[in-house]
Amino acid sequence: MMRLELVKRSEKSRLMSVLSPVVAVALTVVFAGMVFAAQGHNPLTGIWYFFLEPITSLWGVEQLITKATPLVIIALGLSVCYLSNNWNIGAEGQLTIGAIVGSILPILFPDFVNPVVLPLMLLMAMAGGALFALIPAKLKTVFGTNEILTSLMLVYCSNLFLDWMVRGPWRSPQGYNFPITVDFHEWAVLNAVDVGGVYLNLSAPIALLLVIVLAVVMRSTLKGFEIRVLGQSPRAGAFAGFSNRRMTAFAFALSGALAGLAGMMVVMSEIGKLQPVISPGYGFTAIIVAFLGRLNPIGILIAGLVIASSYLGGEAIQTSLQMSSKLATVIQGVLLFFVLAADTLILYKVRLVPGREGEGAHA
Amino acid sequence: MGEGTGDSTGEMLRRVGGDTPLLEVRHVTKRFGSFTANDSVSLKIMPGEIHALLGENGAGKSTLVKIIYGSLQPNSGGVFWKGRPVTVSSPAEARALGVGMVFQHFSLFEAMTVAENIALALPNCRATGELSDTIARVSANYGLPLDPNAHIADLSVGERQRVEIVRCLLQNPELIIMDEPTSVLTPQEADQLFVTLRRLAAEGCAILYISHRLEEVRALCHHATIMRRAKVVAETDPARETVNTLAQLMVGNQITRVVRERGKLGPEAILLKGLTQVSQEAFGVSLKDIDLSVRAGEIVAIAGIAGNGQKELFDALSGEEPLEKEDMVIFAGEAAGLMDINERRLLGAAFVPEERLGHGAVPALKLSENVVLTRHGTGEGIARRGFTRFGKAGRIVETVTSLFDVRKGVLDPEARSLSGGNLQKFVVGREVERTPKILFVAQPTWGVDAGAAAVIRQSLIDLSRKGAAILVISQDLDEIFEIADRIAVISRGHLSKAEDADTLTPEKVGLLMAGGAEKKGAAAA
Ligand SMILES: Nc1ncnc2c1ncn2[C@@H]1O[C@H](COP(=O)(O)OP(=O)(O)OP(=O)(O)O)[C@@H](O)[C@H]1O
Ligand SMILES: [Mg+2]
Repeated sequence: MMRLELVKRSEKSRLMSVLSPVVAVALTVVFAGMVFAAQGHNPLTGIWYFFLEPITSLWGVEQLITKATPLVIIALGLSVCYLSNNWNIGAEGQLTIGAIVGSILPILFPDFVNPVVLPLMLLMAMAGGALFALIPAKLKTVFGTNEILTSLMLVYCSNLFLDWMVRGPWRSPQGYNFPITVDFHEWAVLNAVDVGGVYLNLSAPIALLLVIVLAVVMRSTLKGFEIRVLGQSPRAGAFAGFSNRRMTAFAFALSGALAGLAGMMVVMSEIGKLQPVISPGYGFTAIIVAFLGRLNPIGILIAGLVIASSYLGGEAIQTSLQMSSKLATVIQGVLLFFVLAADTLILYKVRLVPGREGEGAHA
Repeated sequence: MGEGTGDSTGEMLRRVGGDTPLLEVRHVTKRFGSFTANDSVSLKIMPGEIHALLGENGAGKSTLVKIIYGSLQPNSGGVFWKGRPVTVSSPAEARALGVGMVFQHFSLFEAMTVAENIALALPNCRATGELSDTIARVSANYGLPLDPNAHIADLSVGERQRVEIVRCLLQNPELIIMDEPTSVLTPQEADQLFVTLRRLAAEGCAILYISHRLEEVRALCHHATIMRRAKVVAETDPARETVNTLAQLMVGNQITRVVRERGKLGPEAILLKGLTQVSQEAFGVSLKDIDLSVRAGEIVAIAGIAGNGQKELFDALSGEEPLEKEDMVIFAGEAAGLMDINERRLLGAAFVPEERLGHGAVPALKLSENVVLTRHGTGEGIARRGFTRFGKAGRIVETVTSLFDVRKGVLDPEARSLSGGNLQKFVVGREVERTPKILFVAQPTWGVDAGAAAVIRQSLIDLSRKGAAILVISQDLDEIFEIADRIAVISRGHLSKAEDADTLTPEKVGLLMAGGAEKKGAAAA
């Protein structure tokens, strides 16, 4: 009898660090094919519609970029959290609060109409998201609370708060009793411009800029060094004069600010007002993007595009194969699963050995 | 169960008898990339034998024992257990064969208790009250006292090592591998360990013993295999050699002696006044009213048994643990008690902690990045306007490498791939190269071979003679008497008055270490 065995490598495999996301994506495609087959569809057709067909048109590419943008921006902030050992799961809530705070200007001051409104809204959204993210950070540093739980639970608070705002105090008088706010005025929305047949707004270049900035920060600044050191070895970090508490606050505030920024830009470009639901779970999906991108800015950019295509794929199979678009969520989850599993290959190699009886007991 | 793994230890030994080696390694070669760490190494260990494995830092000793213990796989060559070829593909398999190991760098979980850590290594065992009793009994029995319920994080290095040794003993191994077990023990603790080891050997257990302390090897070991640059270069009976001939076999040439002449004393550079600190940790030691002054140009050593407040004192001096009053610690005339570690570094202070991996260096970072770790805030321009200059750090790595003869496979390796002694040379060299005005070093030559120890000690003396004030915390009395101008002893958080080294003897210091230091009030009056 043969059995598989994991053997620890003496060093991290560089090849596998690069290859493991590819392995994970490949396994996910195979898994998706199996799901299509189980549903009585030709797996290849399913894979075509889900993964490829959406990006064969310019419109598809535009959609892809639009969806990838918030994912990338949020995942960049999360990567800083995760690298420094701060487990912020609540980006969805920070996104929501950010968008609400930024929307104060067009909703409460509709007569304040001039070009500074737009940057002001973005700044306010960032501040709102950052402050909201500081709640779990402070709870962690002051009371030792588990930040995974607190940041996650605050998502529900923020979603309910948004729901109450748009049904109550902020409901538009002209909205026929729908739970929506007034439409934002012209300086409070992001307009798309034609870039070679694809309509894009300011948010995509902002995301790209952030990718570059974070890549530089991580690679060659002291702050980036601090993030890596504290994540790997808090004791050595303290010896270097870095503070764990301050890093927790910094990482949460940064990721909260970026989530708030992303949320505001989604509202300003796609919706133009507030309503009970403003995000299809970008804050949660960005967690997958961060890990799929290996917590590396360039990796996150690629991962954001990959994951965004699964949203489009979900819609595509709904229209062409009449399958539930929820399959997209399943596939995203499976992808994260395979990413984490494939990471094992970086530290271990798989070996086929002849089985010996009674051996398993010690494993 | 496969054959050969189920028999009891005693039965097995009797059956094997005299001539078959318990363990034999034949022509083992291990490469890391293009670097060869073991080059066709062969070795035989008989049952009941205490076998020394000697060699300079980076010779490949740890690599070889990791292969025997299954945590590394050889590129070629084989391991034979009781005459039969075996493939040891994991430590669990090694333990099943009857091989136990005490690592050079500890493998304990800091957040867990002693009992929980030990339970993890035993098959099907939970941290029960029964296990705690066994631990307490075995550890007392072998003279290695341990509190089963203490958290690892609160233990000193010496105490952590006891945990490793006891954990190993509980598995009733037939071969125990010890990678530099005494480098952090006090002479008394080491003597106690030798009693334990001799008893184990008499009971038929073989011991593979790696150490850089040649005297103890001469007194303890029956046989020695000597490695140099990845190869076995000699085998000998250590009792018939002198320390010098052994060292010569290892290094290939004579070891230079440390020379210490009286230096010119400058102004007071380190001043501790009534340094008092209540420990926040459950098993920590509180510092009690410590007074000490060190002048520029002298080396003061603090001797003491591990776990008597050395760790707490170091953290208070480095600023990792904030103090109550700013004038409890004065560096170069400035009250530094409330400063953080980088503000203290800016006053000219440098620090070398006792734990090199995970405190003094980040294991997974390159050496150049580990230079940035302690020198980014010293005003040397390694970090400028928020940007790090790894190129500059790389040049410092080169200087330290050549000054302290750090042996490494590639130009800028990750800290964890360095051999223990070479990493120690690096963390000391990294600070000495800066020529600090004030230097605190804990266990400066822990795990360093005789030649390199001389180099490090000489570098400390030279630094002090150039006008630095140096405070050394060490358990190694030979080392202390070799380099210190004055000696103080720490015991349960009390520090004795620092006295002239010439007026002291090792016996007198030993007495103070055993508790005499606490009668400080009486002595000072
Ligand atoms: N994982 C690794 N990757 C690359 N090189 C390594 C690795 N492990 C060890 N080496 C190299 O192999 C050599 C031998 O290391 P080893 O730890 O066996 O030395 P040692 O004889 O135990 O020395 P010491 O007395 O300092 O502990 C060293 O030069 C080290 O840099
Ligand atoms: Mg070693």
